[in-house]
Amino acid sequence: MNPALFKQVSEVEWRVKPFGKMRVPAVIYADQALIRDMDDKVFEQLTNVATLPGIVQAAYAMPDAHWGYGFPIGGVAAFDADEGGVVSAGGVGFDISCGVRTLHTGLRSADILPLKERLADRLFAHIPAGLGSTGPLRLSPHEMDAMLRCGARWAVEHGYGSEADLDRIEEHGCMAGAEPGQVSEQAKRRQRDEIGTLGSGNHYLELQEIVEIYDTKAADRFRLRQDEVVVSIHCGSRGLGHQIGSEFLKQMVIAAPGHGIELPDRELACAPIQSALGQAYLGAMRAAVNCALANRQVITHLARQVFSDIVPGTRLDLIYDVSHNTCKQEPHTVDGRTRRLYVHRKGATRAFGPGHPALPGDLRDIGQPVLIGGSMGTASYILVGTETGATRAFSSACHGAGRAMSRHQATRQWHGRALVDELASRGILIRSPSLRGVAEEAPGAYKDVSAVVEAADRAGLARKVARLKPLVCIKG
Amino acid sequence: MFQAADAGNEDEYWTHFPHQADMGVRGVGPTREAAFEQAALAMTAVIADPARVAPDTAVAICCEAPDDELLLVDWLNALILEMAARHMLFSRFEVSLDGPRLSATAWGEPIDLDRHQPAVEVKGATYTELKVGRTASGGWQAQCVVDV
Repeated sequence: MNPALFKQVSEVEWRVKPFGKMRVPAVIYADQALIRDMDDKVFEQLTNVATLPGIVQAAYAMPDAHWGYGFPIGGVAAFDADEGGVVSAGGVGFDISCGVRTLHTGLRSADILPLKERLADRLFAHIPAGLGSTGPLRLSPHEMDAMLRCGARWAVEHGYGSEADLDRIEEHGCMAGAEPGQVSEQAKRRQRDEIGTLGSGNHYLELQEIVEIYDTKAADRFRLRQDEVVVSIHCGSRGLGHQIGSEFLKQMVIAAPGHGIELPDRELACAPIQSALGQAYLGAMRAAVNCALANRQVITHLARQVFSDIVPGTRLDLIYDVSHNTCKQEPHTVDGRTRRLYVHRKGATRAFGPGHPALPGDLRDIGQPVLIGGSMGTASYILVGTETGATRAFSSACHGAGRAMSRHQATRQWHGRALVDELASRGILIRSPSLRGVAEEAPGAYKDVSAVVEAADRAGLARKVARLKPLVCIKG
Repeated sequence: MFQAADAGNEDEYWTHFPHQADMGVRGVGPTREAAFEQAALAMTAVIADPARVAPDTAVAICCEAPDDELLLVDWLNALILEMAARHMLFSRFEVSLDGPRLSATAWGEPIDLDRHQPAVEVKGATYTELKVGRTASGGWQAQCVVDV
């Protein structure tokens, strides 16, 4: 993308003044090199988002922005219901509440080294991954609704984890306002046996070594110590979220003219928040958030079972769980006035700064852990929310590296077996049901996650705390 | 991402086209129905080699949408739902269209991880690069990007 399309405000902030039907400016937080590498579609999609009714302040793109569906991936936009604001199924995305959670093992990398192969094999055998895999549970209609209403809390009540886990999950593990009755039978049918599965594509469970600490105060508060090993899980609401996304996208496209909404792109389909369709979507979308939280909670339990077998006495305490495809109602101060806004984050992580009342008591003075996933073989990062973030993009940060190359290109450039062997020679064990899937997800097919994180840090969206290096990757 | 098999008919085939994060599927045929059938085959090929999927079990599919393009997305999404809920892959399709309504039969078999070697799960059909229309040679083309 040509940086000249934007007015440069600082080294890492670029703006487009409203033109055409744009109601607010478009803002990208990234350095010049990252912008040059972005697809032209990011400009088109971001300026399209700025045309939506009731949008507040600006349409934002994070440093990892890339071509998405309607919204760019890495897009953030907030809407005011009282000013005709909309909720957009495309603005949340298909994999509703896809996210990352990271857990302590309390083990040092030297302790893990002799056990690495066994851990990789056992985790791969125990945690369902890839197409057609099924989880440890078969949900009855009654249990399905209970799960959709209560999220990770439902999982904990069924013995998958503890109350302490819930303190470290956004929304305390249970998104309020979920309405299982708004979730179609098809979506529920698709999810019946998928709770506790990783899925495929870019989803994974990784063992990671903490290799560098940048902020000792925040690292101490998050209990991150150099050389220690953590477990990170990246996945979402599985088939249920996708089915809800597809169904409401169609309904919103068909209903848009009746709501007086002119869509610049059908994928931006949306409905007024105060309409029956908008409310139905919010109820279903929140149920999908709970599905994702329950899913990551059950997978956590499976990982704990493997660790307690191989390294008895190990506790996997949850550091934090973030979702990066959501729409949440949050109070934000705009022009000196506090307003309750519906903040869409599509491939963007919430990043509340110190003092935010939504943070657990023991983290409130330091800020929210912001978990940034890498891509097999590359680093992941833990950041912390900042005070300045609230004035940047409604307390939001990047979510990962973002693809730089299509799956087609990736499979032409890499072969799965050779890639697995090459990563093994660098001490990274890959376990996956599909070698082609591994090739499509080659680390080289992604942008440089370190450059993305640097830009987020310099833009004041979130501050770097620690860098993690993968040791084992169970790839979906 | 397998190559389209030679169906013995150069007017009827499927292809993939690139998208930065996902994959485009395109079906071409002498009729709208044939183009929809080929697009479905292209979607199976994102997951696994369709030649390895035995068309043993038939599943009936119906959907309805106000225009051809929304109908294509509905058709592919209906197949995605059946694949996910039944743990099946499909390799043969018969589509009939009647105004806004589609009724079809898809033939396939349960997923066999060893034999099918599925690479990715297709999560949804999207409105990106969505087109249903005539080709220059007078046939039909149906395409969109699928989210993987």
